[in-house]
Amino acid sequence: MDLTLSPDYEAFRDEVRAFLDAHRGDYPTAMGVERPRADILAWQNLLIEHGYAARTVPTEYGGHGAEPDVLKSRIIAEEFTRARAPGGLAGQGISMLVPTLLEVGSEEQKRRWIEPTLKGEIVWCQGYSEPGAGSDLAALKTRATEDGEDFLINGQKIWTSTAHAADMIFCLVRTEPDAPKHAGISYLLFPMTTPGIEVRPLKTMTGHSEFNEVFFTDVRVPKTSVVGGRGQGWFVANATLKHERGMLGDPNAAEQRLQAIIALMREETVGGERLMANPVLRDRLMRLQARVMAMKFNGMRTLTSAMTGAPAGMAALVVKLQGCELNHQLAAFAIDILGELGVLYEDSPHLRAHGSWQQRYMFDLGLIIGGGTAQIQKNIIAERGLGLPREPKPASDAVMRGAA
Amino acid sequence: MEFALSADQRQFQESLDRTLERLSPLSRVRRFADETEPVARDVWRGLADLGAAAVLIPEAHGGLGLTLLDAALVAEALGRFAAPSPFLGSAVLAPLALLQGSDAQQARWLPKLAAGEAIAGVAIAEAVAGARDGGGVTASGGKLNGKALFVIDAAEADLFIVADTARALHLVDGGAAGLTRIPLASIDLTRRLGELRFEDTPAEPLDARPDGLQRLRDAGWAMLAADALGACDAMLAKAVAYAQERQQFGRAIGSFQAVKHLCAEMAAEIEPARSLVWYAAYALSEGLDDGPLAAAHAKAHLSEIGRFVARTATEVHGGMGITDLLGLHYWFKRIGLDRQLLGGPERVRHLAAVMQGFA
Repeated sequence: MDLTLSPDYEAFRDEVRAFLDAHRGDYPTAMGVERPRADILAWQNLLIEHGYAARTVPTEYGGHGAEPDVLKSRIIAEEFTRARAPGGLAGQGISMLVPTLLEVGSEEQKRRWIEPTLKGEIVWCQGYSEPGAGSDLAALKTRATEDGEDFLINGQKIWTSTAHAADMIFCLVRTEPDAPKHAGISYLLFPMTTPGIEVRPLKTMTGHSEFNEVFFTDVRVPKTSVVGGRGQGWFVANATLKHERGMLGDPNAAEQRLQAIIALMREETVGGERLMANPVLRDRLMRLQARVMAMKFNGMRTLTSAMTGAPAGMAALVVKLQGCELNHQLAAFAIDILGELGVLYEDSPHLRAHGSWQQRYMFDLGLIIGGGTAQIQKNIIAERGLGLPREPKPASDAVMRGAA
Repeated sequence: MEFALSADQRQFQESLDRTLERLSPLSRVRRFADETEPVARDVWRGLADLGAAAVLIPEAHGGLGLTLLDAALVAEALGRFAAPSPFLGSAVLAPLALLQGSDAQQARWLPKLAAGEAIAGVAIAEAVAGARDGGGVTASGGKLNGKALFVIDAAEADLFIVADTARALHLVDGGAAGLTRIPLASIDLTRRLGELRFEDTPAEPLDARPDGLQRLRDAGWAMLAADALGACDAMLAKAVAYAQERQQFGRAIGSFQAVKHLCAEMAAEIEPARSLVWYAAYALSEGLDDGPLAAAHAKAHLSEIGRFVARTATEVHGGMGITDLLGLHYWFKRIGLDRQLLGGPERVRHLAAVMQGFA
């Protein structure tokens, strides 16, 4: 155990700080998830140039080309948070497609897609879930039938965030209907402007449309759009899901929320008494603080495993489940301390923090469900982590013949 | 930066587990519990041979001069085996108190404690967690008067560390005049608590630092958290083994999600808590600013998780879980004592809020 940083890393931290100080005037105001504006694109390019975005992506594909160093990545994240500077673009193209292409893409696919994606010139959406294929993703039914040199795609995707703004989609479709369930899927890349694609916004309980439904009717896509080989889509997608689960449940987000709640409890009064003076609320705050600390140190433990190449084991398996739950609990507590103010919404007078706690409380429930539900996470922890037996599977699962 | 146990520490853990497997199997725990033997001398001797009694004592006094993180690994192992041993008093709290004392006090007791030849009781419950039933000790003219409850490792102790109502620490010889020991039977049958009565009992003041008592409290919190962590590990492992073996409706009950999710929830609570316990012990050793806060949170958090795991692991065992036959209750009760000793979670969280200026 040694939580001090070596001089090399301290120097690296100083370097990041100096960069952030020097460019304070260049921070774009809101990064958003939609199509990036010119100032955001300029910021992204600056970050890539300095190695604060696309850090380990090879230079021939438009990245910075640094050796992987998880500690340096952590220092960058910490310093950007401290300076309240927006980090690099983090859309699904950058966070999920790029790592997947690097792992299993063809040379041509890497050269064609990675650089413009990193630079924010191409925005992607992810076509995985379907109305009938959520936790059981491999049951997906969107069909790609052969038609000469092309596939004709028919079916429906759901939970497709950014679909309305995206140029391209990375999409799972069933290309081999006679193959066993997991072996009949291919991973395709195609433009969202292809005829036959319809995007409908999906309004959620927050009152906003963070997601979409996407409908495909005879969408013609060349067979060369497959990543990682026909019938290999399930394995290609699993490489990507790993990246998503690591992203959800970030301990820095919980730490920031806790600090915001502490500030709120010190400032807000009810009946003339500061919220922090209420012993019951303080007790709840302390319970949450213990959990935030536990997740923070757990994050340092998994970081150390990543640095040394040791298996992170259970410490990593529980992050999605516990991290998403904790973020939701923090938002719930913030609403409770606000009381009636905590149910105001939209543009109401007296609203605190622009209603962000209310929005998070509702949106975060979606994060507990999305990216592998809490119940699926528990199966993973029990089966992979504890070695408990799998649920027996019905025999009818084996082949998806006639699925569409 | 490295947030992990060192190779030496992992090896120490393995030796502790091997030794406790041999010296403190369930049959030995059962015998200790049933026979009201005051101290399991054989277990303590074996642990002392491994250096468990000497962890925190400087090499100059025959100790190992290791850190509180190493001590936490011992506490964790003891919790894992529900092992009877006077570790908390004799190897952690008393050495930390004596290290604040004079050279003569250190020279007299530390070598014996390091060798596992002396046992130390620690009476700080009133000063840390508040007095019950008229507890409290006053000091005047080198004499102590009053009574101390919930004294750790009181049975057969050769010396006592006693906190008075002014939070000053005293050293009392086990054979001192005017000292009466009364055993307190508790739900936890693997450790012994006692009450001490003082009537003009001669005592030496410890030349303790102003935060002397607080240092004992913080270390005690970290050790109790580590003990509960080890006990949680054991209860989860037993629940998982039972769920794999027990068949109902023609299959292992661990294949039912209702059961496997209980196991997953326990693991999901335990694993980040392990990181918190390690950090608390490390931060106290290094004298980091947030060491006391981390220790408080470790104590309170492991109390909450401990209750959840103790109950849930028992439930996974079905009716067998509540029988004496399986012996699961030794861990259940061990976790119960870890929760209340040196302050229950509500009190500890209040103190955590006070430390940060919130209360």
